[in-house]
Amino acid sequence: MADLEQMTGDWLARIGAAGDLAALETERVAALGKQGVVTGLLKTLGGMSPEERQSEGPRIHALREAVTAAIADRKAALEGAELERRLATEGLDMTLPVAGASEGSVHPVSQVMDELAEIFADLGFAVATGPEIEDDWRNFTALNIPESHPARAMHDTFYFDRKDGEGRSMLLRTHTSPVQIRTMQSQEPPIYVIAPGRTYRSDSDATHTPMFHQVEGLVIDRGITLGHLKWTLETFLKAYFERDDIVLRLRPSYFPFTEPSAEVDVGYTIQNGRRVLGGTDHWMELLGSGMVHPRVIANCGLDPDDWQGFAFGCGIDRLAMLKYGMDDLRAFFDGDMRWLRHYGFRALDVPTLSGGVGA
Amino acid sequence: MKFTLSWLKEHLDTGADLQAVLDTLTAIGLEVEGVENPAEKLAAFRVARVLTAAPHPQADKLQVLTVDAGDGPLQVVCGAPNARAGLVGVFGAPGAVVPANGMVLKVAAIRGVESNGMMCSTRELELGEDHEGIIELAADAPVGARFADYAGLDDPVIDVSVTPNRQDAMGVHGIARDLAAAGLGTLKAVDVPDIAGTYPCPVPIAIEDAEGCPAFYGRVVRGVTNGPSPDWLQQRLKAVGQRPISALVDMTNYISLSYGRPLHVYDLAKLKGGLTARRGREGEEVLALNGKVYGLDPSITVIANDEGPDGIGGIMGGEESSVSETTTNVFIECAFFDPERIALSGQKLALTSDARSRFERGVDPAFVEAGLQLGTAMVLELAGGEPSQVTHAGTLPIPHRHVDYRPERCAELAGVAVPGDRQAQILQRLGFTVTRDDVWKIAVPSWRRDIDGAADIVEEVIRIEGLDKVPSTPLPRAPGVAKPTATAAQMAERWVRRTAAARGLNEAVTWSFISEEEAAPFGGSAWVLANPISEDMKAMRPSLLPGLLAAARRNLARGAEGVKLFEVGRRYLGDTEHPTVGIVLAGAEPRDWRGGKRSFDAYDAKAEALVLLAAAGAPVENLQVPTAASDVYHPGRSGRLTLGPKTVLAEFGVLHPRVARAFDLDGPVVAAEVYLDAIPPKRGGQGRMRSAYAPPALQPVRRDFAFLVPESLAADQLLRAVKGADKAAITSVSLFDVFTGAGVPEGQKSLAIEVVLQPTEKSFTDEELKAISDRVVTAAAKLGASLRA
Repeated sequence: MADLEQMTGDWLARIGAAGDLAALETERVAALGKQGVVTGLLKTLGGMSPEERQSEGPRIHALREAVTAAIADRKAALEGAELERRLATEGLDMTLPVAGASEGSVHPVSQVMDELAEIFADLGFAVATGPEIEDDWRNFTALNIPESHPARAMHDTFYFDRKDGEGRSMLLRTHTSPVQIRTMQSQEPPIYVIAPGRTYRSDSDATHTPMFHQVEGLVIDRGITLGHLKWTLETFLKAYFERDDIVLRLRPSYFPFTEPSAEVDVGYTIQNGRRVLGGTDHWMELLGSGMVHPRVIANCGLDPDDWQGFAFGCGIDRLAMLKYGMDDLRAFFDGDMRWLRHYGFRALDVPTLSGGVGA
Repeated sequence: MKFTLSWLKEHLDTGADLQAVLDTLTAIGLEVEGVENPAEKLAAFRVARVLTAAPHPQADKLQVLTVDAGDGPLQVVCGAPNARAGLVGVFGAPGAVVPANGMVLKVAAIRGVESNGMMCSTRELELGEDHEGIIELAADAPVGARFADYAGLDDPVIDVSVTPNRQDAMGVHGIARDLAAAGLGTLKAVDVPDIAGTYPCPVPIAIEDAEGCPAFYGRVVRGVTNGPSPDWLQQRLKAVGQRPISALVDMTNYISLSYGRPLHVYDLAKLKGGLTARRGREGEEVLALNGKVYGLDPSITVIANDEGPDGIGGIMGGEESSVSETTTNVFIECAFFDPERIALSGQKLALTSDARSRFERGVDPAFVEAGLQLGTAMVLELAGGEPSQVTHAGTLPIPHRHVDYRPERCAELAGVAVPGDRQAQILQRLGFTVTRDDVWKIAVPSWRRDIDGAADIVEEVIRIEGLDKVPSTPLPRAPGVAKPTATAAQMAERWVRRTAAARGLNEAVTWSFISEEEAAPFGGSAWVLANPISEDMKAMRPSLLPGLLAAARRNLARGAEGVKLFEVGRRYLGDTEHPTVGIVLAGAEPRDWRGGKRSFDAYDAKAEALVLLAAAGAPVENLQVPTAASDVYHPGRSGRLTLGPKTVLAEFGVLHPRVARAFDLDGPVVAAEVYLDAIPPKRGGQGRMRSAYAPPALQPVRRDFAFLVPESLAADQLLRAVKGADKAAITSVSLFDVFTGAGVPEGQKSLAIEVVLQPTEKSFTDEELKAISDRVVTAAAKLGASLRA
């Protein structure tokens, strides 16, 4: 039965030559359809003697299987080629730009306030707030700044032509220190708070703006000393500037609301023309501090023989400038989107102790 | 406060070098602000004699000199009219830098004649204003010597910042006392002369204002000769930045600088009658020594003569009775003025002076007689004359204060245990009298009115002992992990801020004060500054929008295409300060090749407001949206987000074109404000625990409806009505299309909504679905809606 082998070869060649799915279907019908040649051969098995069937059966079935397999292979190949062809026409320019996430920014002052809150939370300090439109008693008198004190002069303080219900002159707070008064008046010691916020002075030049930000620190407890103040400031500044080589120098000074009072200098080095905090090459004044004046404690209704503590104040804008390198304070309040994007922070740059309080 | 090292050493017996003095000053609270040695810039200038002087061949006004500066004759061209043979002056050799202009001298031909340096004028060496000619020194000045040495200019000038509490440090003597206490030497006692005077003081003095001027001493000196003060005095005054005027005036400045004790000298010939310390009167004026006229009133203490005020007591003398070169008889005033009165008067008059800066800190009330005697002695020395007896009015307010003190207080407050003996030593060196008992009784010296309690004593001890001795002492730390400290309001602000930034908005911080014009459209400002820095920064903002709109304008003017700004800050209303978020979107979104809209509309503002409200914890699903916000917005394209009819949580919309124009903004600008303090506080829940998780067992069913409704119907009304049609089955209703045009009748619009139905126990039957559907249609029909065919 050499012709069966011949047939197998012929059919495989025909199937292989089918150029598309339609031609392949034609060959399938011609081979395996009801009237197909292979189908016809299969039908002849019925008329054969058992011996003939014994020998011819497997051969005819082999033919059918070979043809069936060849058709399936050819079909897969043709379909694959067809898909390739179609995909080849569907190409797009993958270099076309896509809109990025619309990146906004958090202002450096807000970011630094969050950093301060995070650092001081670890030291057990809460964040206190108070009004920016204050009365002169809390801004001055209660802080042991008598009426004749130079700081009360018109050229420092913004005043309103209004008095509050108790006849006190209203003004824009010149420092965050009135929050000390409000806190001591409203809560029982021990008190551990910082108070960041806007402050105002009638001052405007290259390094002063009439509005600026300060952070106040206040501790009222028993047995608090200047040593605790020193440690707190060192610990805070090391954490804030993320450096262990921050060195502080306390200098005696004068603030009406603290006694003893100290100005705090921090050491820095110059690197690439910029001030970098740390070391002791140079010193700059960074904050004012001291032990809360007994009279201030008494003014708030607390017994200064029972309670004592420390307070400090520091410019937030300045802290931001020293850490992140801005050099112009006025730009902080201009709302220039280019500046905000350059110096601002990403929404998810949330200061954390584990991730760091800098970004 | 400036002084020179040699001046200090007249009061302090010390071997300390300059650096030790500077370091100690800063360490004890007298912060050194600067130090300068004039000799440094004059190091290259020498004493030189002009040997010959001949006319310059090419120039009438120049001379050719030969000059000997110690190294033999040099040829120098000079234009000074006083240059002549025999003159001894100051010579700068090539290489020297002229202090006044920074010019480096070099060998040069001047009009064809070689010049090997320069003979210098006073001004060129920054020693004065004189530039008429070159400096003329005494004929016996040592030729070749360093000029600075010869002139005694090798004397560093130290500038210290004296804090307002330190009355005693406003004079060199007090500074010397502090340094001595710090171990830098021994304070030299003041040698107060006792000049009795030979005749009664002819000028009657009186005090009518004992409060403002408790004590007034004075005396006359007859027959003085006023003229320039001697070189040593002029030099000292110039070194510390004072202009020498005349012997009598320079004397008062010298006593003031040395002892912190201001004096005033009157020309007796110009005095009309006696002198009275009294209050000023309404309408009175005085011509002060600075040439300005000051209006007076009863709050100001004046020294008046019989005809009217002569000077402003303790602040500035009057021009009319001031001494001059022709003065022969003088009256010296040495008074004590009340510090508070001086401070307030000085502020009121906006007049600063060396006298004021001392009197307002407080001068030593026990040093009035001494000041007068020292002044008298100096007048006699510089100007001669014959002194009268001293005349006194009033009583010196010497307080004799004591502080009870336990030496342990130092350790308790400053954290440093300074031994009792050491504390007593420090205090005694500072002039305190210490009586040691169980409780120390410490007498406060008359020159320290700032000391009034134990804390002050601790400060005195610790500043002299050294703040560097204070040990860094850890605060007590609560056990365990630090507790959260932020309040709900603080957390809300943080969420809002970072949500806004995450949505592509940039946080700005703008001024709290704006102009009244900018505030006007927003209802005006409840708080207008009485003393603004400018008209642009005068009114406390009633809204965050003006500042953001101005920032938007600046950004657009700088070429920004789109501006998306927000600010978290306060509005200052009549009642109180309200934490608020402001948002401004202006300009255009960037172009995108995939299209999409570019300009901002009211819905963008609404979206931001809603997202930020949600971030702040507001119940956004319950909000109502009445149309039309305040009139800074477009009346038809703005709205409020309210909780119930009254509580307004936010406003949003397109800015009213009139307001946009007022801020110079073209094109649509949209804005929103979120009122953070209007958001009701969250009710305390069950802590962190969430409710049990129970997802529905069955899948939800979605049904779409398209309704034709009157064009004026608010979509929100239809959605609420539909949602209320079957509260059990309907879990959500959303709008997915709004259409007007072909197929929709005039005056109507088509709203397509999707209703999500959630089966609970078992799936809905067709009948149930139909029934729900009917209820939806019925509910909608009540609003005039009909199913679209």
